[in-house]
Amino acid sequence: MAEVEAAGSGTETGGGSESGNATGSGSGWRRPHGPLQRYYGPSAAEAAEATPDPADINGPHFDPEVFLTKVRSECRLGELLSREATLGREIRALDSDMQTLLYENYNKFISATDTIRKMKVDFRRMEAEMDDLASNMAAISASSARVSAALQDRHRRGAQLAGVQALLRKLQSLVEVPGRLRRWAAPGADPARALHCYARARAVLRHYRHLPSFRAIEDESHSIMAELAQRLRARLRDDTLDPKELTECVEMLLQLEEPPEELCEEFLSQAGARLEAELAALEAELPPSDPSGTASTPPPASDILDFVDRGSSAFVSNLCLLAASYRSLFEGRPGSGDGRLEAFASTLTTRYFELLERRLALERGLGDTSLLVRALDRFHRRLRALLELLPAAGAEAGAALVARAARERVARYLRALQTFFLGCLGDVRQALAAPRPPGKDGPGLPDLLATLSSSVLGQLKAVLAYVQLFTARDVAFASLPYFKGEFCVEAVREGLVVAFVRWLCRTARGFADSPAERGAPAAPPALLLLLARLCLDYEATTISYILTLTDEQFPPEVGQLFEEGVRRAQSSDSSRRAFSVYSSSRAPGRYAPSYTPSAPMDTHLLSNIQKLFSERIDIFSPVEFNKVSVLTGIIKISLKTLLECVRLRTLGRFGLQQVQVDGHYLQLYLWRFAADERVVQGLLDEVAASAAHRCLDPVPMEHSVVELICERG
Amino acid sequence: MEDDAPVIYGLEFQARALTPQTAETDAIRFLVGTQSLRYDNQIHIIDFDDENNIINKNVLLHQVGEIWHISASPADKGVLATCYNKTSDGKVVTCAAVWRMPKELESGSHESPDDSSSNTQTLELLCHLDNTAHGNMACVMWEPMGDGKKIISLADNNILLWDLQESSTKAVLSSSSALEGKGQLRFTSGRWSPHHNCTQIATANDTTVRGWDTRSMRQIYSIENAHGQLVRDLDFNPNKQYYLASCGDDCKVKFWDTRNVTEPVKTLEEHSHWVWNVRYNHSHDQLILTGSSDSRVILSNMVSISSEPFGHMVDDDELSDQEEQHQEEKIKEPLQDSVIATYEEHEDSVYAVEWSSADPWLFASLSYDGRLVINRVPRALKYHILL
Repeated sequence: MAEVEAAGSGTETGGGSESGNATGSGSGWRRPHGPLQRYYGPSAAEAAEATPDPADINGPHFDPEVFLTKVRSECRLGELLSREATLGREIRALDSDMQTLLYENYNKFISATDTIRKMKVDFRRMEAEMDDLASNMAAISASSARVSAALQDRHRRGAQLAGVQALLRKLQSLVEVPGRLRRWAAPGADPARALHCYARARAVLRHYRHLPSFRAIEDESHSIMAELAQRLRARLRDDTLDPKELTECVEMLLQLEEPPEELCEEFLSQAGARLEAELAALEAELPPSDPSGTASTPPPASDILDFVDRGSSAFVSNLCLLAASYRSLFEGRPGSGDGRLEAFASTLTTRYFELLERRLALERGLGDTSLLVRALDRFHRRLRALLELLPAAGAEAGAALVARAARERVARYLRALQTFFLGCLGDVRQALAAPRPPGKDGPGLPDLLATLSSSVLGQLKAVLAYVQLFTARDVAFASLPYFKGEFCVEAVREGLVVAFVRWLCRTARGFADSPAERGAPAAPPALLLLLARLCLDYEATTISYILTLTDEQFPPEVGQLFEEGVRRAQSSDSSRRAFSVYSSSRAPGRYAPSYTPSAPMDTHLLSNIQKLFSERIDIFSPVEFNKVSVLTGIIKISLKTLLECVRLRTLGRFGLQQVQVDGHYLQLYLWRFAADERVVQGLLDEVAASAAHRCLDPVPMEHSVVELICERG
Repeated sequence: MEDDAPVIYGLEFQARALTPQTAETDAIRFLVGTQSLRYDNQIHIIDFDDENNIINKNVLLHQVGEIWHISASPADKGVLATCYNKTSDGKVVTCAAVWRMPKELESGSHESPDDSSSNTQTLELLCHLDNTAHGNMACVMWEPMGDGKKIISLADNNILLWDLQESSTKAVLSSSSALEGKGQLRFTSGRWSPHHNCTQIATANDTTVRGWDTRSMRQIYSIENAHGQLVRDLDFNPNKQYYLASCGDDCKVKFWDTRNVTEPVKTLEEHSHWVWNVRYNHSHDQLILTGSSDSRVILSNMVSISSEPFGHMVDDDELSDQEEQHQEEKIKEPLQDSVIATYEEHEDSVYAVEWSSADPWLFASLSYDGRLVINRVPRALKYHILL
């Protein structure tokens, strides 16, 4: 409550001081005018505000009587005297003030009156001048109307004259037309300009042809143009015309309204002749086609890439050019549709294909396959450009040509392989039959076998590498459906690899069966032995290896249903075996702690150290949708389960040995299904260690015995 | 925080048996039984000094065989039961026995490790649970919160209820029941329910979980195909009498309401291999501990099916510290079931996890390579639950 009071009093005092300030400032700005103003015009508000005080000598309600009574009753004599003196002084001051004001205002009034009088006089004069101006203006407009009426006729005549002049100029230019035409249409001049000029003049001439003079002009230009057309036609038949000139020529003729059908015919025959000439040039490079004997033909002067290059740059690009210009010239004109161009092009391309095929047939032997592939690639690319213009120009034929060439090449490789193998066999025979110096042993059979099989395998790999060029990614035709599928499967896998293996078997059997019938010298037994071993090796590993290699190199064959997925460690069966033999030497070390009773800590140290370096295996880890990943998941789960089950058992000696055999078997065959064979290895190691721990009588089986059991299986 | 770092203890032998010393409520103590076919097996008494983060151990010899299961009496700190393998004439039998440890080890005399290894002491055999007629012992359960005189053991397909008499030196088979059915039935594990006046147990065999009444020794419920594969372990919710957790080879942990067993209440699928152990926290039943042979221990917070589904009410005024202010923010988030932590200290399969009986925020896990890891519930969560 005290606070409230304080606040209240605060406001009160605040309000009081505010009002006091207001009055103070009010008197402050009023002071310069002094009491006079207060006398003359106190504002209504002020009047209302001030309480009427009759004793205030400066107030509006001053009453001398009251003042006097008040002064007399209140003041002493001295005060009265001094007040009288003050009043007298003030009265004097007021009088002088009044006089000054009166004087100043009087002067101003006088000058204002003078000004007004002067203005009155001036305005009167101005009024008269304005009237004058109005009358003058009226006179001016009347005369202007007169003048324009007088000039109108002349103006019209002038305009007429200008029109006539323009017409005359046009006529002049029309008259000049034949001259110009003649100048430009002259042989070697600028026929295009002549055509342009003629095209502009033609409409006018045709419009005014009923006038004899114009008729004459028209006729004359007509005859000039006809002449030009004739010359152009003559030029069209000229052989030296390049396709661009030919196109220009035909275009001009079309502008001359020559019959398009006829022109089309001309154009095609002309172009055909040119292309034929190019084909003939290509053909000239080829030896005369000789169906009977091919042995005598000399090797072609230039390589196949060169040939295809020339063919494509000359023939194919010209054909493209011609087709394009044909399209632009004759599109939409009567008599040009109906597949005339297509028929024309397809006969030509067929001939081109024939030539190329003949050239390809010359590629005897095993020249540079990459060159062939590049040549075919280039051919295919150019052909594709052509096919975009002319879809009917034999796409299938082109693709078939490429495919045929590839197939032919593969077949040739097969023959080469066979020859190579026979050559190797010959060497072997020679080595076997060679007389040996008594002290020195000839090359041993294993050496011969190794040389034979490695060189054959090497050759096969080289051939596969060559053939793979046909399916390389940067080769355009490799994206053809044929090369994606059939080529890999039929031609390469079946036609080359499988066929070679079959042939090899047949050959080998031939050695074994036939000598008696044929009367050929019997194969030496050592050779038969060697071939038998070779075939055994092929059956065991080589064939599957070759086929896997083929499948890997020609990806479409792999992953019929699922993608293969990534395997971290790639090794072959044989290397795996080698490794397992190697690891067998340290295998006892793995079991060692389990039968050295002295140091129980060591087992843990060892297994812990082992674990330190192996990563944690997530058993049920996410699986990707591919074969390897799914199989890896299954393998991990199964092996972990095996581990847990082993740990729950107490094994006897034979139990341990069984686990040992199982583990070894799995180690031999499981790796190829898992993405990371280290996972398999790690889990199998753990199974083995756990089994050793869980065994009452840990006598492991001899490693050689384990191997024997597993091999036999 | 440094305090949250795990403490690791290594045994020299492989081990899969672990139990807290149930009767001890002051000191943090665990018992670990080893598995070795060729050396004398041991029981390690692991004392954990919470303040100094130090482990003290005492080793007792358990010469009769390798230990597959161990359980401690809820009444007497010195008494424990083991299931162990005995080999005779090339045959392996699993037996069970009740033991007493030397008196001075009951409350963990803090010897230095060097001394204890030099003069290892031996357990005193109290009595054998005679199983000649019943088959291999899978586990021994003590009556929870009982006087330590009633135990149940599972032997092959038999449930055997024993009375321990004459200060546990004599075990008398008071009642038993056998599970009959096609094939060779075998119990894998069981738990004694702390509810209903301790008259119920639950057992697992193959993929089935069964409840039994110990008075009549009759089956009271059965969850067929509780898991897709073998059921490995069970545990009762200590605060909700009908709630049961199970785990198994299908990598799952399932929570059941035994009144309606057609569907699990909740399923957790966090492990990547068999789940061998599931344990409710004794005080805060939202905390679930699981151990698996994927070498991981997972602590989950199953608030939605716990006895405190809405968490603890929080008094804002009580928090003053900066850190605790932080906690407060977390508390206000909606409560959700979640995995709190995955512990990856183990490098081999984890076959046992147990909460301490003394400290509700502390637990131990044991992997086959003999590594015992003691971990704590993350501090943030602890405050979350407490405050």
